[in-house]
Amino acid sequence: MTDIIKLTAAETAAKIASGDLTAVQVTEAHLARIEAVDEKVHAFLHVDREGALAQARAVDDKRARGEKLGPLAGVPLALKDIFTTEGIPTTVGSKILEGWIPPYDATLTKRLKAADVVILGKTNMDEFAMGSSTENSAYGPTGNPWDLTRIPGGSGGGSSAALASFQAPLAIGTDTGGSIRQPASVTGTVGVKPTYGAVSRYGMVAFSSSLDQGGPCARTVLDAALLHEVIAGHDPLDSTSIDAPVPPVVEAARNGSVDGMRVGVVKQFRGEGYQAGVVQRFDESVELLKSLGAEIVELDCPSFDLALSAYYLIAPSECSSNLARFDGLRYGVRTGDDGTRSAEDVTSLTREAGFGPEVKRRVMLGTYALSSGYYDAYYGSAQKVRTLITRDFERAFEQVDVIVSPTTPTTAFAIGERADDPMAMYLADLCTIPTNLAGNAAMSLPCGLAPEDNLPVGLQIIAPALKDDRLYKVGAAVEAAFVEKWGHPLLEEAPSL
Amino acid sequence: MTTTTDLVSYEDALASYDPVMGLEVHVELGTRTKMFCGCSTELGAEPNSQTCPTCLGMPGALPVVNAIGIESAVKIGLALNCEIAEWCRFARKNYFYPDMPKNFQTSQYDEPIAFDGYLDVQLEDGETFRVQIERAHMEEDTGKSTHVGGATGRIHGASHSLLDYNRAGIPLIEIVTKPIEGAGARAPEVARAYVRELREVIKALGVSEARMEMGQMRCDVNLSLRPSPTAKFGTRSETKNVNSLRSVERAARFEIQRHAAVLSSGGTIIQETRHFHEDTGSTTSGRVKEEAEDYRYFPEPDLVPVAPSRAWVEEIRAALPELPLARRNRLLADWGISATDMQSITNAGALDLIVATIDAGADAASARKWWMGELARSANESATPLDALAITPEQVARVTALVNAGDLNDKLARQVIEGVLAGEGTPDEVVDKRGLKVVSDDSALSTAVDEAIAGNPGIADKIRGGKVAAAGALVGAVMKATRGQADAARVKELILAKLGVAEG
Repeated sequence: MTDIIKLTAAETAAKIASGDLTAVQVTEAHLARIEAVDEKVHAFLHVDREGALAQARAVDDKRARGEKLGPLAGVPLALKDIFTTEGIPTTVGSKILEGWIPPYDATLTKRLKAADVVILGKTNMDEFAMGSSTENSAYGPTGNPWDLTRIPGGSGGGSSAALASFQAPLAIGTDTGGSIRQPASVTGTVGVKPTYGAVSRYGMVAFSSSLDQGGPCARTVLDAALLHEVIAGHDPLDSTSIDAPVPPVVEAARNGSVDGMRVGVVKQFRGEGYQAGVVQRFDESVELLKSLGAEIVELDCPSFDLALSAYYLIAPSECSSNLARFDGLRYGVRTGDDGTRSAEDVTSLTREAGFGPEVKRRVMLGTYALSSGYYDAYYGSAQKVRTLITRDFERAFEQVDVIVSPTTPTTAFAIGERADDPMAMYLADLCTIPTNLAGNAAMSLPCGLAPEDNLPVGLQIIAPALKDDRLYKVGAAVEAAFVEKWGHPLLEEAPSL
Repeated sequence: MTTTTDLVSYEDALASYDPVMGLEVHVELGTRTKMFCGCSTELGAEPNSQTCPTCLGMPGALPVVNAIGIESAVKIGLALNCEIAEWCRFARKNYFYPDMPKNFQTSQYDEPIAFDGYLDVQLEDGETFRVQIERAHMEEDTGKSTHVGGATGRIHGASHSLLDYNRAGIPLIEIVTKPIEGAGARAPEVARAYVRELREVIKALGVSEARMEMGQMRCDVNLSLRPSPTAKFGTRSETKNVNSLRSVERAARFEIQRHAAVLSSGGTIIQETRHFHEDTGSTTSGRVKEEAEDYRYFPEPDLVPVAPSRAWVEEIRAALPELPLARRNRLLADWGISATDMQSITNAGALDLIVATIDAGADAASARKWWMGELARSANESATPLDALAITPEQVARVTALVNAGDLNDKLARQVIEGVLAGEGTPDEVVDKRGLKVVSDDSALSTAVDEAIAGNPGIADKIRGGKVAAAGALVGAVMKATRGQADAARVKELILAKLGVAEG
């Protein structure tokens, strides 16, 4: 059984297709693993044991009937609790949606089901995806499988922890400012933020509509690519969805190479605040790329210094509006409706009781930034910065094929360490945010352990919009070189729990 | 709150002040589905039966723009002589209200789809007044609240409220005028004429039935007074949801009188929302907000910009139907009638009926005569709209055909129409059943004429002596004898011939 949970998604799917394993066996092995370790890790908010087994049985039946199985048929997946699932609770990590059972499936949920991916359950996250540690979940923090006293990243800490603790070979995350990549970085896993519009947002509870992007999480680059191909593609229900073919990500992942590629290193992505071990592993990665035949180009992207400030105006502004619908009148928790209070008062009391402090902070920030007389100075200026960042990327991609950087300036910090210091917490997304603002694609994959704390360090690869396949081409080459160097995948060095 | 309002007389108000108006009209489009989802827009369904995750504002649900909604907006913009934006966005108007599922309304803010136009409207005397259009923009309607347990359905004192989201997300076009200046004492009349003309335009475009009584078209009247036409604008009041043409005029008139009373006694007008009351013709103050509403508009990130191509806009322009004013002017010239005549025809709601009657073969004069005469009277008496009378334009055309063929005279024709209205059948059936044929048999008539001459020798002598006008009395006698079924002109001819007199 231990062997099953260590398999990659690609291997698992192959074994199910060949009959070496049944989907039910695979699902049971993962449910057993969840049973065994999730009390300690707390990656899941909801485990759908019956639903998962039913899906697995359906896959086995299909195979028995001789029907062709998709490339991920029968492979278990941990779904971030931000995507609606018909009949299964969806909380977005918030008290305000406690007990809410969505009446509809997100487009992504539908695609997973259609591909016969087995959804094990819903994973923990910072409330409404606001945070970098999963400590903002209303349902308690998640531990990092490398050290349970440390954060698994956020907002998608449940998904990254589920992967790193072998509770699922695949997971889904969403990335508004780094919520897929930073958790991947600090847990030694792979996470991809596709080009904005690549994965439908229909049924993905909105935090910041112009930045939010769902994406694949896995333990290998190829697994991420296989999942990417399942979830990406045009959706008429999402007006911002890209109406173009999905880039050939799986093909790229199977043919990793950086030979002859121009790889950019941005000078703004280093300096104060970067942990020495992180910088060391990053520099080694650059050397590795060079040794694999890449040409390294130094880049200057001055507007990147403004990215964090712009982000913390745009994201809160949009969230202040997106979260207005949570008033307790139509769904979710309702507080204070004792028959004497007005709808206005009940809405107030519901939001007071239902939202956590970080959500309230951002709703207030955004409300302020959008208010008349401040709009131009705050929201308006932030949009201008956004344009400047996009231009910096455009200029950069005239010179290089991809950009690399550390994913996050430090390794996993301790639970509670930054909880009372929002600014320190926000710095975790320093290197990931520019990509969200510009709407292009990026990946994080492991590049070693920091010598000072033996915790995973992530390498970020950034590609131009619509060129998501480059991430996989470069990522696969880097991954192969590192595994060869280390003699095994990085996660094998993680404690066994 | 006081229930009586000080007013000054309308004449006094206008002697001291110049009114400035702004009119905001919301039109519900007649699209089959809602603006941002596929739910039906059918009226009268079970509450909340026409809803989905999107129009209920469920977590995760997203909007998709209704293409027909955009096309309708472009049509309206073009008909109002507006520029059509080459690129524009939706915006979120943020405020909390239970009948608005997302607690923001998807609308447009500083990038309306249509802007800078005008609409020429005709006043009662036929004079044309040009109303400048500021903008026309797209947005979605809200749901409907029903307050239960309080007095007169108001929220105050209600024990609970019921919400129906069937209307939430129905496409609306909001049409906003520029400040209407220079109307003077005729401001209320201009307001009414504008809303009427706009309604005609909307109906002609086929984008909405624009029935005000159904809430498909709703008007807000903003009004302010200033001491003279050159002074700067005064503070305005905003009278919301004025829902009939008559009410639009009355609301404007009332506000002029109320503002004048406040200003002339040294008071200041508060910028506030007011409600119009149909029963009293007066307005009362709405809830006074302690702070100005800040809608925190920003571009809607869930929707991509709308960029109507110039070619498409021109295609729509080329396919626009003839607009009501142009049509009226054309018909007015064709028929050789005055602007005031045309005004009464439009006021009576007879224009389309007359045109349809002409299309069915009647001549213009007869068609007008019947609809504006006999039928208008009948409609008036029974208090039904003209187009609800139990007679079709085709039937009216048939009656005029019978008259022109000499089968009916006017008097008989009136009886035929009366019969049709009473449900006795088609004009031909009524003619048969009631036996209403003109007596055209000359021998029968000849006998009647002979009898009339014999019975009135004095009059016959006068006619013989050249007093042709006296023939009227003999015609009357013949008509009486034939129970009106004779052709009066033919009777007169026969009388003169028998008496050997040539018609002067």
